[in-house]
Amino acid sequence: MIRVIPCLDVDRGRVVKGVNFVDIRDAGDPVELAARYDAEGADELVFLDITATHEERDTIIHLVERTAEEVFIPFTIGGGLRSEDDIRAVLAAGADKVSLNSAAVRDPDLVERAALRFGDQCIVVAIDAKRRADGSGWEVYLAGGRKETGLEAVAWAAEAARRGAGELLVTSMDRDGTQVGFDTELLAAISDAAPVPVIASGGAGTLEHFAEAVTRGKADAVLAASVFHDGVYTVGEVKAAMARDGVPVRR
Amino acid sequence: MTQAGAGPVVALLDYEMSNLRSAGKALERLGATVRVAARPGDARGCDAVVLPGVGRFGAAMERLARHDFVAMLRHEAAAGTPVLGICLGLQLLFDGSEESPDTEGLGILPGRVQRLRTGRKVPHIGWSEVHWRDGVSLAPTDGGPSDRTYYFVHSYACVPDDPDDVLGTADHGVSFTAAAGRGCVTGVQFHPEKSSTAGLALIGRWLGGVRTGEAVAA
Repeated sequence: MIRVIPCLDVDRGRVVKGVNFVDIRDAGDPVELAARYDAEGADELVFLDITATHEERDTIIHLVERTAEEVFIPFTIGGGLRSEDDIRAVLAAGADKVSLNSAAVRDPDLVERAALRFGDQCIVVAIDAKRRADGSGWEVYLAGGRKETGLEAVAWAAEAARRGAGELLVTSMDRDGTQVGFDTELLAAISDAAPVPVIASGGAGTLEHFAEAVTRGKADAVLAASVFHDGVYTVGEVKAAMARDGVPVRR
Repeated sequence: MTQAGAGPVVALLDYEMSNLRSAGKALERLGATVRVAARPGDARGCDAVVLPGVGRFGAAMERLARHDFVAMLRHEAAAGTPVLGICLGLQLLFDGSEESPDTEGLGILPGRVQRLRTGRKVPHIGWSEVHWRDGVSLAPTDGGPSDRTYYFVHSYACVPDDPDDVLGTADHGVSFTAAAGRGCVTGVQFHPEKSSTAGLALIGRWLGGVRTGEAVAA
């Protein structure tokens, strides 16, 4: 079955983007939101920690502990994880997986070491990619699309999988925030090049887009943030639409 | 994690191969008293044993041995104590695995563990419906497909020698063992503690069997 994964941005232990659940007590409490998404049928959750200061990063550990105790679906922590010790800390606190982005680009060996130590299944490599103007594939970007790396995304995806990434979270920087649909060409190229599951991200706008990520993009999971948080669609509506288009989902 | 409660006392084995928080909380939510055990002595007097696990087969057996759990698990299984293996914990109950060919498994259930031979992506990560064999006490007795759909994360699956030990199967381009067991020993390849209401319900049924002394596989 294809997974539907809401992504929550967290700053100092609090959800930062607006969440339009009318009957929720504390829209900033990640655990309450996680439980709500679970009840709606979310298959997994991703928490993206955007806490800027290193001193306040312990807040994510506390969040992980509370989530693991109260929400019984898998969840991934991404953002700011730089070392094996950082990874160990969130996994020990109860996260199921970690998502590595810039740390993996800067130190590809980290993917290998982490996969060996903690198991491939809990190492997700996140790739932010932007189509190159000269048509030579997609450029891998860091820092939210501000920094070029010189890496080509499809090649990097294959290398990350070879080094032990159990999954790839692929975000199209061209599409992110546009709501014009996923970059299915990018997704399909990566899905063909890497033998591990691909999570599609960036560009979801209509209900039809989610099925397209799978039928055209060959993705194994779809991730979205704003369409869920802004109350545009519920997880249930997305799944119903995917099922209508012949994509198997848990309902 | 230990709390007073009226339910069965379950030893949750801590051999440093998985995070125990979710499994412990799920058991507690369903009424069990959880005792996290790092040595066999910590589990003494418990009504049942849960063997969790993620990671590699060989490393897990090594750590089980280091914590003196190998003999204990064989003994408890022989004595009729209900044992539930989760994910790698199920695989460890068998004789051995392709993942670590030189490592002997617990040998409580006869059979081997093989890499998923599928054209689909491996690891198999995600939710799959389990087709339970008729009469299996862990299986839901009513409800729809979502009540039989659980979260899996694995690259290997068990192949019991005796087909009767297969309690349920699932599909990932190939049919594989999703649950196995015999007598008081059962195991599930999926993560019930990560499978939302369907998974919690399964843990509840297993604890119900522990309580009534009918924690048998079939």
